[in-house]
Amino acid sequence: MARNAGVAEVRVVGKPLPKVDAVAKVTGRAVYADDMLPARTLHCRILRSPHPHARILSIDTSAARRIPGVLAVITGADLPIKFGILPVTQDERALEHEKVRYVGDPIAAVAATDEEIAASACDAIAVEYEVLEPVMSIDAALVAPKDERIQDYGGPNNIHKLVSLEFGDVDGGFAQAQHVREDVFFYQGNTHLPMEQHSAVATFVDGRVTLWSSTQVVHYVHRALSKVLELPIHRIRVIGAAHGGGFGGKTDPFAHEIIVCKLAMLTGRPVKCTLTREEVFYAHRGRHPVLMWVRTGVTDDGRITAMHFRTALDGGAYGSYGVASTFYTGALQPVTYDIPAYRFEGCRVFTNKPPCGPKRGHGTPQPRFALELHLEKIAHELGLDPVELKRRNFVKPNTRTVNWLRVTSCGLEECTQKVIEASGYRTRERRPGRGVGFAISSYLSGAGTAIYWNDMPHSEVQIKVDRGGVTAYCGAMDIGQGSDSVLATIVAEELGLQPAEVRLVTADTDTTPIDLGSYSSRVTFMAGNAALEAARKMRALLVEAVEARGRKFDDVSFEEASVLAEARFGTLTTAGSYTPPKIAGPYKGSGVGPSPAYSYSACVVDLDADARTGLVTVNRIWIAHDVGRAINPLLVEGQVEGSVYMGLGEALMEEQVFRKGLHKWPSMLEYKSPTFLDMPEVETFIVETVDPEGPYGAKEAGQGPLLPVPPALCAAVYDALGVWIDEIPVTPEKVIEALRRKDKGEPARYGPQRFPSIPYPAPIKVEPPPKHGRFAHQEVTY
Amino acid sequence: MAADLGPRAMFVAGGTDLYPKLKRRQFEVDALIGLDFLPRTLRNGSDVCVIGAGLTLSAASGDVDITERFPGYARAAGLVSSPPLRNAGTIGGNLCVDTRCNYYDMTYEWRKAAGFCLKKDGDICLVAPSSPRCWAVSSSDTAPVAIALDGSVTVAGPDGERELPVSALYRDDGIEYMAKQPAEVVTELRLRAVPGTRSAYVKLRRRGSIDFPIAGAAAVARLDGGVVTSCRIVLSAVASHPLEVPAAGEFLKGRRLEPEAIQEAAELAAKPAKPLDNADLSHFWRKRMVRVVVERALQDLSDQGGGLGG
Amino acid sequence: MKSEVLRDVERVVLTLDVNGERRELLVPVHKTLLEVLRENMQLTGTKHGCELGECGTCTVLVEGKPHLSCLVLPIQIVGRAITTIEGMANGSELHPLQAAFAELGAAQCGYCSPGILLSARSLLEENPRPTRDEIREALAGNLCRCTGYTKILDAVELASSPSMGRWRATPEWPK
Repeated sequence: MARNAGVAEVRVVGKPLPKVDAVAKVTGRAVYADDMLPARTLHCRILRSPHPHARILSIDTSAARRIPGVLAVITGADLPIKFGILPVTQDERALEHEKVRYVGDPIAAVAATDEEIAASACDAIAVEYEVLEPVMSIDAALVAPKDERIQDYGGPNNIHKLVSLEFGDVDGGFAQAQHVREDVFFYQGNTHLPMEQHSAVATFVDGRVTLWSSTQVVHYVHRALSKVLELPIHRIRVIGAAHGGGFGGKTDPFAHEIIVCKLAMLTGRPVKCTLTREEVFYAHRGRHPVLMWVRTGVTDDGRITAMHFRTALDGGAYGSYGVASTFYTGALQPVTYDIPAYRFEGCRVFTNKPPCGPKRGHGTPQPRFALELHLEKIAHELGLDPVELKRRNFVKPNTRTVNWLRVTSCGLEECTQKVIEASGYRTRERRPGRGVGFAISSYLSGAGTAIYWNDMPHSEVQIKVDRGGVTAYCGAMDIGQGSDSVLATIVAEELGLQPAEVRLVTADTDTTPIDLGSYSSRVTFMAGNAALEAARKMRALLVEAVEARGRKFDDVSFEEASVLAEARFGTLTTAGSYTPPKIAGPYKGSGVGPSPAYSYSACVVDLDADARTGLVTVNRIWIAHDVGRAINPLLVEGQVEGSVYMGLGEALMEEQVFRKGLHKWPSMLEYKSPTFLDMPEVETFIVETVDPEGPYGAKEAGQGPLLPVPPALCAAVYDALGVWIDEIPVTPEKVIEALRRKDKGEPARYGPQRFPSIPYPAPIKVEPPPKHGRFAHQEVTY
Repeated sequence: MAADLGPRAMFVAGGTDLYPKLKRRQFEVDALIGLDFLPRTLRNGSDVCVIGAGLTLSAASGDVDITERFPGYARAAGLVSSPPLRNAGTIGGNLCVDTRCNYYDMTYEWRKAAGFCLKKDGDICLVAPSSPRCWAVSSSDTAPVAIALDGSVTVAGPDGERELPVSALYRDDGIEYMAKQPAEVVTELRLRAVPGTRSAYVKLRRRGSIDFPIAGAAAVARLDGGVVTSCRIVLSAVASHPLEVPAAGEFLKGRRLEPEAIQEAAELAAKPAKPLDNADLSHFWRKRMVRVVVERALQDLSDQGGGLGG
Repeated sequence: MKSEVLRDVERVVLTLDVNGERRELLVPVHKTLLEVLRENMQLTGTKHGCELGECGTCTVLVEGKPHLSCLVLPIQIVGRAITTIEGMANGSELHPLQAAFAELGAAQCGYCSPGILLSARSLLEENPRPTRDEIREALAGNLCRCTGYTKILDAVELASSPSMGRWRATPEWPK
């Protein structure tokens, strides 16, 4: 473990302190949604579609209603209003009564006195279907459907979204290149698999709905409930329960959240719904399977002159975050490499599978995988060291990318140096089957634009001080990453306290000011900055009151200072907020990609690959992460290690696959999540570049370090066996097949052979920003 | 009692196989008969070791005598699923563990969506729709070793007790995979300790824990002066029953466990294995791996210098 | 102990010994220990991730050994000592493992933590100074999606080290 020395005088920032909720979590006292059981709670079960694609002809709930203990049965007719996380894709219903689009699509819901009765009642609901031909692949979605399209928007065929952007003179760039290379890659879909199954409990009292849910986004759930339940926002309260793992999987408003509210309204009793593990697989919103084609021109010395990147995303049956995901598959390539001319064409299709959405890295691990391996191949072709080739193209701090993204702090060089040195990459011992691979990445510190267009702050914090006590209020949702601890640390730092001395009220739409939620790695940066502003204002009040008595703030206890200030000013409250700078580029689609700061990572994977079995054993991973400034290095390390774990799972074994229209194995036994015995030792380096706009210089920690792991692993497999696995997960059968092809003199690779023909529109041509000019403030659309 | 209750009653020992299947409605029962009365004892005689069927897998795998005398068996028991599961799962239960198939070991709702299969509620095998039989896979780790060790079991039923070789417990059918009567219970496993015997088990699975075998090899050999006098090789997870490959064992007789002989034996052993597309990873790859696990098991035997006069 | 569980017998009266307290309960005979702990005894510290024995989240100790509470019927363990996460601390004093988990950030979302803590406790009682690989083996039935396991291994090592092997009221907050 190595940490940079702190740069400014701080007391608690930068210290490896325990999380503020650590004791609750290690003693089993944290209350997760399923742990709640208000008096008279009814249990809800949901009837789901057995067909991947079908019209619903009729639903007969009469037998279910007759079962003793059943208090309510609802169908889509009770909740007909559509919702969706993005304003442009309001295409979901809590319950479908017209058409089902994947196995697991919700159709009806039952509230009963007991979960088993509710399940029996679901069994007793008779649904008549007209079965339609399912569309189960990208290729199938691109051609005319046999029966009908999955959704009635988008197109042609089952295309959901097409994007085409061009920055700078791409043809000119390719003309300047001395080498041009094309590759095709595939990144298989996978799912978050939080240990906690989604759960929600609702009550309806005094005409007001209260929902406790395992969600990452209390605010967006609040909005969706208001829309679908047709209740004004003040009659709905959403509270984030203790959170058993998100990773992006609880970032949409979900059917069960809406259903329990509706059932509570109908029955007047609390209603709880906890998804089964199988249902969690159907809720999904996980990693999009993405097929990618990339063409890059380079000079003899490996400098990139132009890049053309195409993606095709298998979106599943609904929009979810898909439009944003599509843009993200093209947005961040220029944030690590200086690409002077860049064309991006993206396409998302609908298929009859559970909808894909944001999983850790949202839309960027797939192109990162392709890009890193593509550059690796170029380096081998040119006879250059891949690390050196990549370094030559690294972006520099305080620059703007060809697609108008503003890069401020950037620790790519330092991250690279750390892992290359620590791993002994250049001096490694060569032996058969052993391989070492390197990759880098970058990620946002919060999306620069909100999910729905508005000019309001993205995060707000209030602080109350009275009689020596401090409470901070913020809508931010701690999903285990430690955002509560970050808020407490920042407030404590400014007020001269320990984090454990700051009381927190978070993630409650009634009592806390807004925070948009725990997604896009935004909380430390945005809620952190809001907390910093509120805390500094509070400190100023305390200092003024103490100094008015002719004393110094540092000489009096906090209790005394607060008493003096309360006596002087009355009620002590301050507020802070954070609105990201308007830095999006001047083009349609520029809203996806801008962030107030980018984190950077570099990774080396050391492994043994067995040519006989195709099995890969990872020996060790080195990862360096430019976090700007570690507010709490213990939590940063935890985020980095967890990201490496998840990246490794995706690289080696996790995949969401389908057979005959069904999820092949919606279970924790068959969906392979690495165990203690499958995880190598990870050596983490925190690199601190002190971002000019982050709180104390902090940037994101929780997503970026996942990204370099899959490509570094595949680079290491090539180093070990001389075969490219251009498709993850790297299962042993793929390795064996690649070796077989190599032996036969065919291209020594396993991966997609071709990229399909997609009717991308003519690109929107965008002038790159002036190299060193000021940034224009732009309105954002997508 | 089981006979009185009929087919709607089932025995349960550790419950680690049965309860998930009840929850997924793969079994529907009116009654469960707890087998807590089964012996959990371990009697180590000079020529035979009698293991009570109620002994947990963790107790069996951690037992010093079993580990010394039957390292392959101890290893197999210690590789079943995961540590907490081995604290409940019994050695009798693992011998009787239901055959598995990824069209079958799914929830009721999933199976309803997929279409029910021959083994439960349906009338075709979804793995091999043209086949009249069920191809669910024998997934016991310990049964192959017990067979290779010439083990025998005592079964008790309405008609009293009888002893039969472990190999006679199984049938080559995914549904009727046990040859014993439903009302009969395995009460004891007897492993014979013959001087010069070495035993090994190699299990292939995706992860280091939790997973069932997707290919496995048990190998037991008796050696005299480094020369194999007898050898049994039994495969797991490649058929509906633990699959003995006599040709490979025969081949090794009179030979030393040297690399060439091991390779050739493994080649022979892999031939009859016919994994199908109903378990983790592709069946082509699993088929290919059979040779590897057999080789590794034989190599393990070769590396065992000690053991009982081996 | 009864050896017969009949479906027609809807409910049974049984006495469970949980965390040293004996409780007489009337429960449906087919309810799992997990359900009875959480729903009948309000011991919601025991979590669940699959309810099919595939993830280890619901691990509790029965006579000191880790068991998956989703695969145990209470009637099978009448009279045996059951320990849940609520029984791990001594009043408000944390078990050394709990203190180490808190101090080293081994609990992120915390959802797998109860099961892992109990598995680790069982390990340390049998093997007070396990190697890192022995810890991995012992915890291999417990999945965690947050930590990558690194901090958990560190915490179990810390708890097993002589300097840490003591109970404490709260994690120590460095000044």
